[in-house]
Amino acid sequence: MSVTVALTLDEALTALATDPAATVLAGGTDLMVELNGGHRRAASVVAVNRVRELRSWRHDPAAGTLWLGAAVTYTEIAQEPIAALVPALAQAARTVGSPQIRNAATLGGNVGTASPAGDGLPVLAALDAVVHLASAGATRDVPFAEFATGPKRTVLQPGELITGVTVPVLHGYQGYSKVGVRNAMVIATASACLAVDVASRSVRFAMGSVGPVILRAPEAEAIAAAAADFDAGTIPSEVVERFGAAAGAAARPIDDHRSTAAYRRRAIEVLARRLLARAFPAGAPIGGDA
Amino acid sequence: MSPTPDAGEIGADHVGTNQIYVLHVNGQDREVRDAWVGESLLYVLRERLGLMGSKGACEQGECGSCSVLVDDELVCGCLVLAATAVGQRIVTIEGIAPVGAPSDVQQAFVDAGAVQCGFCTPGLIMATHALLDRSPEPTEYEIREELSGNVCRCTGYGRIIDAVQRVAVARRGATSGGAS
Repeated sequence: MSVTVALTLDEALTALATDPAATVLAGGTDLMVELNGGHRRAASVVAVNRVRELRSWRHDPAAGTLWLGAAVTYTEIAQEPIAALVPALAQAARTVGSPQIRNAATLGGNVGTASPAGDGLPVLAALDAVVHLASAGATRDVPFAEFATGPKRTVLQPGELITGVTVPVLHGYQGYSKVGVRNAMVIATASACLAVDVASRSVRFAMGSVGPVILRAPEAEAIAAAAADFDAGTIPSEVVERFGAAAGAAARPIDDHRSTAAYRRRAIEVLARRLLARAFPAGAPIGGDA
Repeated sequence: MSPTPDAGEIGADHVGTNQIYVLHVNGQDREVRDAWVGESLLYVLRERLGLMGSKGACEQGECGSCSVLVDDELVCGCLVLAATAVGQRIVTIEGIAPVGAPSDVQQAFVDAGAVQCGFCTPGLIMATHALLDRSPEPTEYEIREELSGNVCRCTGYGRIIDAVQRVAVARRGATSGGAS
């Protein structure tokens, strides 16, 4: 086994071009668990968590976008100034592991591991994030929805590296919610992100731990968008119920050692209703100005 | 993006299978010899460098008993590939205070009865120092959240939170006393 510690993007891509079979190591919070436990062997490792370019981020107010380098940690995402730009991602970040885990765990690592339970991933799905990939001499962008092809399977090719993620900076409520057996250090039994985009009059809803990949709930989104008053910030309370049912129907959960399919579907219904009610807090306007 | 390394910057470090590498631990450069390059920082600290203060339990980042600082960030030593920490500042519980002269946090844990079997204590001491360095007057909620990555199976946490609060109060008193 050999270990290359890249400090620049060039060094990382050169190392991966020389040895495309190398295992990429970012924060170590997934890979080291497998190496420590002997569940995975790596002939060579390219560590990218100290790559300067990947540790940076950039807000482009004119474009209304935020580019986050792949090695930005969840501790950084949970704090200002990033938190104000993508509040749901900051909320998700705060549910990742513990302070020790958040200090190490990276956004790119979360995307690359492509676990259906990845805490940040429902947010990236709801925001229609773009994943940026690079290899020596080439780059390509992949819509988040197309990046993962199954549990822990992605379109990433040998020699390719996740360099970052771009998300839109939206105007409107966004929130994240997660069900687990405790608040800290827990893998999601079910998780969800709801994001309102006032400009496009849309409601986006994505779910984790209830399918082979992160799922959107297009029917639920359409129900909410059609009934919401985006200017007043209201939605009829019966729509909240229908939204929850439609979200639950879009889930594709399974029974496993962590929970049952029935419980997970129920959890999604509750999370969906809760998030929509938070997004449009005044279910029925009081005082007759409607 | 066009990466251009600064002049004089060191290039990518490459560590081969049984190559000797150097870790900067508690202010000293320590050679790691006869080690497999896939070993975690926790394993190297304990088994190669003889620093037994960091404890190994879950080996998957769940328990926090191996908490150390790497470039001032609190992390689980078990989740750091040791060879990737070349050139970084590593601080372990042994670097917090010399034997016989405990830090204020260590003394507060003793005074508050926050130590029972003691296995989690080094990790909790590291996490408490990191917490109080960043947030000198944490609320109880903040203490609970910030120490949530350190599992203790003896105390029920009440006396640990008490110990953290004692340090915060004592430091505030020391600060205001010095200012008057």
